[in-house]
This record gives sequence, structure tokens and C-alpha cells, in this order.
Amino acid sequence: MSGTARTFLALRPFAFLGFLLLLWQLAVALRPDGLMPGPVGVALGVGELLRHGLLLKYAVASLFRVTWGFLLAAVLAIPLGLVIGWHRRAEWAINPLAQIFRPISPLAWIPIAILWFGVGDLAAIFLIFVGCFFPLLLTAMSAVHRVPSVYLEVGRNFGLGGWDFVSRVLYPAVAPQLITGARITLGIAWLVVVAAEMISVNSGLGFLIIDARNAGNRYDLVVAGMLVIGLIGLLLDVGMRSLERVRSFRWSYSED
Amino acid sequence: MGAAEAAAQAKLRMDGVGRRFERDGKSIAVLDGISFDVSDGEFVCLVGPSGCGKSTLLNLMGGFLPPTSGSILIDGETVEGPDPRRILVFQERGVFPWLTVEGNIAFGLAKLPKAERQERVAHYVRMVQLEGFERSYPSDLSGGMKQRLQVARALAVNPDILYLDEPFGALDSVTRLVMRAELLRIWQTERRTIVFVTHDIDEAVQLADRVVVLSSRPAKVMDILEIDIPHPRNISSPRYLELRDDLLGKIGLAHSV
Repeated sequence: MSGTARTFLALRPFAFLGFLLLLWQLAVALRPDGLMPGPVGVALGVGELLRHGLLLKYAVASLFRVTWGFLLAAVLAIPLGLVIGWHRRAEWAINPLAQIFRPISPLAWIPIAILWFGVGDLAAIFLIFVGCFFPLLLTAMSAVHRVPSVYLEVGRNFGLGGWDFVSRVLYPAVAPQLITGARITLGIAWLVVVAAEMISVNSGLGFLIIDARNAGNRYDLVVAGMLVIGLIGLLLDVGMRSLERVRSFRWSYSED
Repeated sequence: MGAAEAAAQAKLRMDGVGRRFERDGKSIAVLDGISFDVSDGEFVCLVGPSGCGKSTLLNLMGGFLPPTSGSILIDGETVEGPDPRRILVFQERGVFPWLTVEGNIAFGLAKLPKAERQERVAHYVRMVQLEGFERSYPSDLSGGMKQRLQVARALAVNPDILYLDEPFGALDSVTRLVMRAELLRIWQTERRTIVFVTHDIDEAVQLADRVVVLSSRPAKVMDILEIDIPHPRNISSPRYLELRDDLLGKIGLAHSV
């Protein structure tokens, strides 16, 4: 394939995106009733937010909450889930509770979060924590169940016990599933933070969106905020996917 | 040789070993009064119909399951649990997919000094002919290479006994023949005691010093057959065919398909 042909192929998705943007701008130009800002307006909005330093500040605030809520949940839920998954009796006790809590939207916790922590970072972090805790717990529990018993027997056969067994057999055997579960859960955290910030704090990308509407119906800024949320969410997912490609994680039980 | 002397020499002694499982409130006997000896350095094959409990027997010998009756003695001591002095090789998924070839072979050698460990790994990489694949992961190896890797990992910890549970059962027939020759070569250089489970009559007659024939469930020892042909065995010699037919007859299979 020639160099120009390859460049053309690589540019094709962007060309399509450009075409859609053009359509969007045309549609807005034909119906100028303010129901939807156009791409030019949104781009100007992003520029305005950047100039005032708000975009960076709010993105950092949102990422800060997601990081803490997600890490706290991971640190508590993953080891707990592994232990519960390993001990069948503990699972019989815990599982009904986990199954009841899991379908409760993290947003249902907003009143309680504000009651316990007031309006501020802690309330938002708590909501993300709640949203991440149960998915991670259940991921870790099922990861333990899905470890082929052969690996456990080989570990015992070579005389491994206690910490050696956990670190050299159990952990590597569950790691790929934990990483996939963590990637999905981080996506949930990023959904939750936007909603949490609309209600329980005065900064962040979620606050930006609700504030842009309340303070003068600036729908160009609303869409600009949405665009930034989408882009950051995409970057988080790409980052987690690159972790899935680490060589010692890149195997699955199906291949053999 | 007197009976007392023979008993003293037995590496592995199965003495009236039985095993039952509880299923849906019912107690099912899988193994019933299994008795035989394996002497040091001997190659013994266990054959029997599919599902007769051969793998359960190997799990008992390996210490992964306790017998419900009888006793299993190794060097005169009762087997209490899994032990690196006797390694079980599985039919599938036996190697760790998250470790390289080197990492798998070194798995049981964590307590050795680094230089000695590297030397041991290199030795067994050569023995199972995986040179050039030291840094490869199991997903890049063929089925036969994975089984050779599993044998290398087992031998690296210097076990007295190797238990092999239909190790070549998932391989194609050509690879299976090559692997049998490989295993015999390794056994002849290393002289470990080998207990090899198979449902393949030819495999048993090609490999074993003695073949223990098990009945269908609950498994009992039906017969123990000595294969008195020196290695390398000619698989079209009259004696080979005679022993093979004998074994087929004992398992209750006709000679024609």
C-alpha cells in the first residue's frame, strides 16, 4: 500500500467526524432557536473555560474525587472479595447483603452522603466509593471462583502455603479478571462523579454543567462540559486497557 | 527375595485403599480395596475404563485427597498431604500461563540461590528441548511443548516420584508417540519412580515395566501385568502384540473394530 493511501485510511475516521460536525453546524444554522449550540459555539465555550482556568481546575477536582473514591473502594473491596470468595461459608453469609446493595444506584445515597459528610469533597468521594465498592467486591469474589483448580493443586503440590500461595498462585490467577473489573468500575466512578457534583459540591465538571445552565442558560458551556467529560472518560478507559495488555496479564482461561 | 525384604523395598505401597464420595446424600464407592506396590525407579501404568477412578487414585497418592479406608505408604510413611517430593503432572492447564518457560521451571526453586536456580532451569530446558523458548509464554507453545514444560517443572524440584495423569491425552497421535519416546529417554537418564495413568492400552505396553489393570467403578485391581520387553521396544514384535492382546482381553475389549 502506498504512503498516501495509508494516510488516507488513517484519516478516514476523522473525515467522518468532520462530516458529522458539518451536519451539526448546518442543522443549528437552519434552526437558530437556541435548542442546541453548534460545534463552533461549543469550541468557543471550551476556549472560554480554558482562558478562565476553570476547565483544568474542575477536571482536576473531578479526577481527585474519582481517584480517592475508587482507590478506597479497591483497597477495601478487592482483598475482602478475595477472602469471601475463598471461604464458601463467608460467601453464603455476605452474598445476600451484597446482592441487595448492588442494584441501589449510588445516587440514591446522595441524601445520606450529605447528611454524614456535608456538602463537599467527602460526600462526593463517599458516593464514588459506594458506587465502586459492590462491583469490585463481586468481581473479586467471582474471580476466585473461576480460578481453575489445577493451578491451586499445583501450588499446593510444590509446597506453597500462606502468603507465598496467595502472592504466587492466587493473585496472578485472578489478576486479569480484577483488571477488567477495575476498568468497568472506573467507568462507573466517572459516571457517578458527574451526578454527585451536580448536587453535593461546588466544583468539578458536573458542577460546571449545572452551573452553566443555572447562571444564564449557557448551553454552549453545558455541551463543552459534556464533551470534556467524554474525552476524559475515554482517556481513563484507554489507560486501563493498556494495563490489560501487560504481558503477564494477557492470557485468559479460554486459551490452552 | 523374601516377603519382608520386598515390603521394605517398596517405594510406594497401596494397602487396601478405598475412597467413597457423598453425592446427593448417597455414598458412592469409587475405589475399593486397591493394593499394589511400586518399587523404586519403576515405571508403572494404571489402565482402566474411562471414569473408573484412575485420576481419583492418583489424587489419593499425591495426598490431595485422603483415602476413606486403607493406607498409602511412601518409603514406609503414611501420605499426609501434597509434597514437593512427589509431583503430579496434569493433562491440561498444568503450566502457569502468567509465567514464562523459565518462570514455570523455576516455580518450585524459590529457596535456591540464584546461580544454582539458573543452572537447574537451564539444565531442564535442555532436557525437554525447549532451548530458544526460555522467555516464551505458554500461550505461544504447542500442546506437546506445554506438557514437556510441565514435566521439566516437576523434575526441577528433584522429586522421588512423578505422577502423570493422562499427560498426553489431549495431544494428537503423532505428538503423543514423540512424547512417549521423550518421557522414556528422560526416565532412563533420571531414574525416577513413575506412576502413569492412561486409558490407552498401547501407551501402557510401550512405556511400563508393569501395568496395573483396574475394573470399572468401583475400581478394583483386576490384574497386574509385567511387560518383559527391553527398551527400545519393537511395537510389531510378537511378544509386544501378545502382551497387548492379553491386556485388551483383560479390559474386556474385542480385537476387531
